[in-house]
Amino acid sequence: MNIPFTAQLINMCAALLLLIAFAMLSQRRILSLINLFAWQGLVLSISTAVVAYSSNQYHLYYSAALTLVLKVLLLPWILHRLIRKLNIKWDVETMFNIPTIMLIGLALVVFAFNLAAPISQMAGTITKSTLGIAMASVLLSFLMMITRSKAVPQVVGFLAMENGLFFAATSATYGMPMVVELGIALDVLVGMFILGIFFFQIRVAFDSLDLKHMEKLKED
Amino acid sequence: MEIFWVLGIPLLGGIVLATFGTGRHAPELNSAMSFGTFLAAVVLTVRVISSGAFTAWDEQFFVDAFNVFLVALTAFAGFTTSLFSRPYMRIEQHHGKLSINMLRLYYSMYQLFSFTMLLALLTNNMGILWVAMEAATLTTVLLVSLYRTPASIEAAWKYFILCGVGLAQALFGTILLYFAAEKILGAGGTALLWTHLNAVKMQLEPTVLSLAFVFLLVGYGTKVGLAPLHNWLPDAHAEGPTPVSAVLSGLLLNVALYAVVRSKVLVDGALGSHFAGNFMMGFGLLSVVMAAFFLSRQKDVKRMFAYSSIEHMGLMTFAFGMGGPVATFAGLLHMTVHSLTKSAIFFTVGHAAQNSGTQLMDGIRGLIKTSPTIGWGLALGTLAILGMPPFGVFTSEFMILTTAMHSYPWTMPFLLTALGVAFAAIFGRVQLMVFGETTGERLPHPPALIPVFLHLLLVLMLGLYIPPYLAAWYRQATALIG
Repeated sequence: MNIPFTAQLINMCAALLLLIAFAMLSQRRILSLINLFAWQGLVLSISTAVVAYSSNQYHLYYSAALTLVLKVLLLPWILHRLIRKLNIKWDVETMFNIPTIMLIGLALVVFAFNLAAPISQMAGTITKSTLGIAMASVLLSFLMMITRSKAVPQVVGFLAMENGLFFAATSATYGMPMVVELGIALDVLVGMFILGIFFFQIRVAFDSLDLKHMEKLKED
Repeated sequence: MEIFWVLGIPLLGGIVLATFGTGRHAPELNSAMSFGTFLAAVVLTVRVISSGAFTAWDEQFFVDAFNVFLVALTAFAGFTTSLFSRPYMRIEQHHGKLSINMLRLYYSMYQLFSFTMLLALLTNNMGILWVAMEAATLTTVLLVSLYRTPASIEAAWKYFILCGVGLAQALFGTILLYFAAEKILGAGGTALLWTHLNAVKMQLEPTVLSLAFVFLLVGYGTKVGLAPLHNWLPDAHAEGPTPVSAVLSGLLLNVALYAVVRSKVLVDGALGSHFAGNFMMGFGLLSVVMAAFFLSRQKDVKRMFAYSSIEHMGLMTFAFGMGGPVATFAGLLHMTVHSLTKSAIFFTVGHAAQNSGTQLMDGIRGLIKTSPTIGWGLALGTLAILGMPPFGVFTSEFMILTTAMHSYPWTMPFLLTALGVAFAAIFGRVQLMVFGETTGERLPHPPALIPVFLHLLLVLMLGLYIPPYLAAWYRQATALIG
C-alpha cells in the first residue's frame, strides 16, 4: 500500500493529537496542562498547514495561521499570566483512579471511531481517516471536564474540546467558511477574557478555585 | 438598510454605554437605545409584510415572516425590559447591592446581548447563527454573576460551562451540516447559507443530516432549557438580576428554539419523514412533565417561574415537533404570549422581592396591601401564564392540546397531568404572596408598572382577538416552517 508522504504526515499529526488528549486527561499539574494545550494547538496548526499544502485549499493557510496565533501563542499566554496572578502555578490536582479514567477514555476512542466510520466513508477529503480521531479528542476533552474539580483545568478541557471540533471541521470538510471560523475564534477569545475575570470572582467568593465548594445550588 | 439599523443601534449602544455607562442618565440612554432598536425593527417588519422576504448584504442576512416576527418581539420586549430596569436598578443601587461600575457593565452588556440575539435571528448563515448564540451566552454570563455573591457566581459558572459544552455539540452539528451541504453547493461561503440550503434540502445526504440534527437539537436544546439539559436555567434565572431573568426567559429561549426550528425545516426536507419532529416531541414532553413536578418543590419565587419557563418551552418544542398548520401556528402564538407574560411576571416578581427583601416565597406576603399594582400585576400575570381564559396563553395551549388530542392521543395524560400539577403549585403559592398579612415597606423609588400592564394587555388582546394582519403574518410563518 502506498500512502503519499503528506497523508502520512497528517496521520502522524492526528496520532499525536490523540496522544496529547490522553496526556491531558492524566496530567495533574496545571502548568504542564497548559503547556500540553499549547502543544496540541501547534500540532493542529501544522496538520492544517499540511492539509492546505496537499489539497491546494489556500484558505486553510489562514486557518493554520489563526490557530497558531490564537491557540499556541495568545491563549496559553493569557492562561500563564492568569495562573501566575492567581498564584496557582505549581498547583497539583488530587485525582483518583487515573487508570480507570484512561480505560474509560479508551472505550470512548473506540466509540468515536465507530460513530465516525459512516461519515468518513462519505467524505472526499484526503484527511477522512482522521475524523475518528477528531471525535475521540472531543469526547476525551469532555471526559476531562467531567473528571476535574478545579476551574482552570475545566477551562483547558473546554478549549481542548474546541480544538477537537476544529480538527473535525478540517478533516471532514477542509474547514468551515472563513467568516464562520473568524467568528468562532472571536468567541473563543472573548470567552477566555470573560473566564479570566471569572476566575478572580470565584476566588474572591470562595477563597479557592476548587469547584467542590460550589454545591449550594442543588435541587433537593 | 433597516437591518443595518436593527443591528447597528444595539452594537453602538453597547460601546457607548461601556464608555458613558456611569453617568446619571445611563438608564435613560439604555432605554433610548432599545427604543431606537424597536423603531428600526418596526420599519423592518413593515417592509417585510408589504414586500415579502428578502436577503441583504451578499445574502448574509435574510428576513422572512418567521424571523421578522421574532425580531419585532425581541426588540419590543428588550425595550420594555429596559424601561423596567430603570427603576429596578435604581432601587438595587439604593439598597447597596450594586455599584456604579457594575451598572455600567450591566447596561453595556444588556445592549450587546440584544445585538447578539438580533444577529442570531437575522443572519442567513448557520455558522454565524452558532457564533451569535455563543456570544449571547458570553454577554449574559457576567450579568448572571452581577451581584458577586457565591450563589450567583456558581450559577454563572454552571451557565457558562453547561451552555458552552451544549453549544459545542451544536457546532459539531453545524460542521456535519456543512459537510452534507458542501457536496451539493460546493465549498466556500454559500454552503452554510440557509436560503441556499433550503433550496437544495431534498438532495442533502439523509444519514448525515439526521446525525447533524441530533447534535443541533441537543446543542441548541441546552440553551432552550429542554430537559434533561436544563440544569443551568433555574440557577441562572434565580441568581441574576431580575431584568436579566426577564430577557433570558422571554427572549433568549425563543431565539434558541428558533435555531432548532430552522434546522428542523432543513432536516425534514432531506429526510422526508417525521424523524426531527419525533425527537422534538420527546424532548418537549419530557420537559413539560419534569418541570411541572419540580415546580411544586420550589421555595424561591424566581426559581419557580424559571421552571415554568422550562415547561412552556417544552410545550412549544412539542408543538413545533407535531408540525402541521394548527400546531405550528399555536407554537408561534405561544412563543409570543409566553415571552410577553413571563417577562411581565418577572417584572412584578422583581419588585415584590425588593419590597420584601427576599426571593423566598415564604417571605413575600400581602403584596396587595403594600403595593396594590404589583400585587394585581402578579396575580393577573400568573392567571395568564397558567392558561386561564381570556388570556392569549389559553388560546395557544388550547390549540396545542386539541391537535395533540387528535393526532397523538397517548400524550394527553402526560400533558394534562403536568398542566394540572403546575396550576396547583403556582396558583397556591401566588395566592399567598398576593393576599395575606404583611410587614413589608414601600419601595424607595416608584416601581415600573407600564411595561407590566402593557404586556398583559397585549396578551389579553391576543386571547380575545388576533388582528387579521397578525393572523396572516403567523400563517405566512407557519407555511414557511411547515
